[in-house]
Amino acid sequence: MTEQLDAGLVARRIAESDQVGEPRNPAEGREVGRARRRREDARLITGRTRWTDNIQFPGMLHVAFLRSPMAHARLTRVDVSAALAMPGVVAAFSGRDFDGEQGSLPCAWPVSEDVVIPDHPPMAVDRVRYVGEAVACVVATDRYKAADALEAIEADYEPLEAVLDMTEALADGAPAVHEAGNQAFTWKFSGGDAGAAFRDAPVVIDRTYVQQRLIPTAMEPRAVVAAPEGEGFTLYSATQIPHILRVMLALTTGIPEHLLRVVAPDVGGGFGSKLQVTAEEVLGLLLARRLGRPVKWTESRSEGNLTVHHGRDQIQRISLAAERDGRIRGVRVDLLADMGAYLMLVTPGVPLLGAFMYNGIYKMDAYDFTCTGVFTTKMPTDAYRGAGRPEATFAIERAVDELAAELDLDPVEVRRRNWISREEFPYTTVAGLTYDSGDYEAATERALALLGYDKLRAEQADRRERRDPVQLGIGVSTYTEMCGLAPSRVLGSLSYGAGGWEHATVRLLPTGKVEVVTGTSPHGQGHETSWSQIAADALGVPFEDVSVLHGDTAVSPRGMDTYGSRSLVVGGVAVLAACEKVKEKAKRLAAHLLEAADDDIEFADGVFRVRGTGLGGAGRTVQELALAAFAAHDLPDGFEPRLDADATFDPENFSFPHGTHLCAVEVDTETGTVAIRSYVAVDDVGRVVNPLIVEGQVHGGIAQGIGQALFEEAVYDPEGNLLTTTMADYLIPSAADLPDFVTDRTETPATSNPLGVKGVGEAGTIASTPAVVNAVVDALRPYGVHDVPMPCTPERVWRVLARSGASADRAGAVRRDENDGGAQ
Amino acid sequence: MPRVTVTVDGVAYEEEVEPRLLLVHFLRDRLGRTGTPVGCDTGNCGSCTVMLDGRSAKSCSVLAVQADGSDVVTVEGLASGGELHPMQRAFHEEHALQCGYCTPGMIMAAIDLLRDDPDPSEEAVRQGLKGNLCRCTGYCTIVRAVRRGARAMSGEPPGETAGETAGETAGETAGETAGEPVGEGVAAP
Ligand code: FES
Ligand code: FES
Repeated sequence: MTEQLDAGLVARRIAESDQVGEPRNPAEGREVGRARRRREDARLITGRTRWTDNIQFPGMLHVAFLRSPMAHARLTRVDVSAALAMPGVVAAFSGRDFDGEQGSLPCAWPVSEDVVIPDHPPMAVDRVRYVGEAVACVVATDRYKAADALEAIEADYEPLEAVLDMTEALADGAPAVHEAGNQAFTWKFSGGDAGAAFRDAPVVIDRTYVQQRLIPTAMEPRAVVAAPEGEGFTLYSATQIPHILRVMLALTTGIPEHLLRVVAPDVGGGFGSKLQVTAEEVLGLLLARRLGRPVKWTESRSEGNLTVHHGRDQIQRISLAAERDGRIRGVRVDLLADMGAYLMLVTPGVPLLGAFMYNGIYKMDAYDFTCTGVFTTKMPTDAYRGAGRPEATFAIERAVDELAAELDLDPVEVRRRNWISREEFPYTTVAGLTYDSGDYEAATERALALLGYDKLRAEQADRRERRDPVQLGIGVSTYTEMCGLAPSRVLGSLSYGAGGWEHATVRLLPTGKVEVVTGTSPHGQGHETSWSQIAADALGVPFEDVSVLHGDTAVSPRGMDTYGSRSLVVGGVAVLAACEKVKEKAKRLAAHLLEAADDDIEFADGVFRVRGTGLGGAGRTVQELALAAFAAHDLPDGFEPRLDADATFDPENFSFPHGTHLCAVEVDTETGTVAIRSYVAVDDVGRVVNPLIVEGQVHGGIAQGIGQALFEEAVYDPEGNLLTTTMADYLIPSAADLPDFVTDRTETPATSNPLGVKGVGEAGTIASTPAVVNAVVDALRPYGVHDVPMPCTPERVWRVLARSGASADRAGAVRRDENDGGAQ
Repeated sequence: MPRVTVTVDGVAYEEEVEPRLLLVHFLRDRLGRTGTPVGCDTGNCGSCTVMLDGRSAKSCSVLAVQADGSDVVTVEGLASGGELHPMQRAFHEEHALQCGYCTPGMIMAAIDLLRDDPDPSEEAVRQGLKGNLCRCTGYCTIVRAVRRGARAMSGEPPGETAGETAGETAGETAGETAGEPVGEGVAAP
């Protein structure tokens, strides 16, 4: 037998070997800015992780769902009796069995007056509206037996016409997904006078782009364990939002909130897909209540591809009016957004998160935005990494490239002529947002240098000249995003159902160790490490002396969870604020013990001293004060015997990370194959707490954005069956599909929070999709190509080229364009 | 029901199993060895990778009965005597994991890759790991980790920091990309 692992020993060894790396700037503190290796890793690299599917309880039962094979049908009969006779089956239910109990899955973002929020039963009762909708369930003693018994359930359907195309869905006489019709809402927004901007505009670019439907594909499939506990229930779920989920489940199921505990154990990625209140969570709780036993459900990947909410799926018409020198006058956007069959937690809000971003980093006088949400008989869409902002950035960055091509200008130069220059911050945009800080010049200069832009342009010209069948394309993407989902007041004005604050508790324990309780709910982001760094600096204690608790409503009762690049910008700042409050209390205690006035105490390096006494002067360490507070032998009058504090942070403004991403691709014009040759990203995410984690977020985001550009698409057939149900059909990038990314940063601190941080979770995804597609189109411009629909697969590229007549007349096409290419 | 005898991470087990039971479910549900997760149902993701008699295998694509008489090593059995396996350490040191769901499989596949190519190039690592999917990292740090692990396993000092590794692989125009602060000249005024 091999020696068994001592997890504590391993963690200690890891900690010892991690004593590397100098602090970034000693004046700023010892920890913040340092490339700390993550404390989370110890359990993850040794297989001691607590995934939801790992949970076993005595007497636990397993749930399996029968799902609709029809996109749209009347459900006329469901008979579970034969399933009940199967071995190991304890119970089986249809939707009718939950009538009056199951409620409706919530939509927390009623975006407009005209919004239609249809009833959305967790289990279908008499109608199904997408393939995969649950129609019955089996509860059995193990997962294999539960799956077997599904086959014994009889369900009858009367087919109705599937509704798959948004334009057709809005046409008169289209089959109705819901009684109220197929239009979910309309939403309009404008700034300035778009009519004037477009009237007599010297140049108008008018394009339509399709944001294909995506499947988020977190590597951990969803899993739910619901267990009766005491008077109430505990729900374990692979979720990003334990706090929001608890409130929503209480409202949906009627289980009183105080008798419901929600735990997000270790969660294997989310990317928005676990920002949801799901049918399986609600039904899991109802089953645990009905059967009085713990139940578990773990989805298979193919079940997940069908029923985890999808992302994107918009048709974007964007028009851009400009002067002949390339200056943009205004932008108009008309958006169709596919809601799928129902409105889930924030479904209708997703396109709105993009509504303020179609002007990008550019100055213009007018902006006009219209969005129509459309019901179809497909899986509902909802937040997916970036949520609305990648779509907006794609459209404006593609359109600006088209403007450059139209005017025969270098795409970087067109951007330069339009972007907000560094002296102009803070800048209030045509969409009404105030960008607090940024330096687009610095990020762009650095990116151009890292890529070797001029050299690549020269090579491109050469390849065009040589009529090389493998053409080189260079794609530019400059982006900003409204980030750190926060200002509660602003969210309220957009009809969002909750606030955007975040909460933290910081406790000094009697031995001087520190517990940080956070309302954020990490699922790969490394909050345990970053929050420890923030607290260690603020309190002057060693990093190792801090622990971070999260993801359990019994431990962390208040929070708004993790999505929208908000955790550091709101939650990390709340940790800092709580530390400051603890320090204020500690200072009072120190003054009392040192017999000095509060104002005469200063704090440095973890010690409170009487001002002016220098390092040798009498002082009390944080640890001594923690013990003194605990002992409570000698406290100031009215001083509670504890050194801890709660804080919430609710910023006044969003934060605005930005950056410049450049991508060079080689496109084989004979096969349509696209190969990324180099990728450079220079991001400005404000001040950086942990450069390792920031780099990792950027890398992962870029990979996901490239996935949309080149590989990924959820495909439904004409009957509304999802064809991409497996990882063999829905292709997320593998290591062999991607290059090494070159990343760098500029740093202009955010002014909306005391840490100066801006958020980084979504930046890479927002920037990379247009960078890649711009590169592909750039490679093919000599062939008269102005667009390649996503994903730019070899087949699509080949078809676009074939349609452009490239194969027949390649030489001519290249010759025609010699003067166009390589504009510097 | 068939009876299987397997050694898992050095512990011998003898169990009766249904013929259809997948090895990964046998490990997770029957033996409580939950360090090896499941990410798909088509053998595409590699999350479930273990060592079966010394070579990597996707344990979702093997029946428990097929493993009869075998020696199985999972990520839980890699460390010994309180010391991490060099590949585990390398994944930590290069920040080659975020959510960590792909990590057990990725580490096992990486160790197997090195048996055939003890000093793989970046390209060899990328090709060698294409059966293991990660949605979080974008793979750059995984590639660095595997190469770092390879050096450690061949007895070379790990030598470079993460930043230097990046500089080396990103070509002449690359700046430092990790592990170190960006140079003064880069920061915005
Ligand atoms: S679980 Fe995906 S390959 Fe085994
Ligand atoms: S670290 Fe999350 S899937 Fe690889």
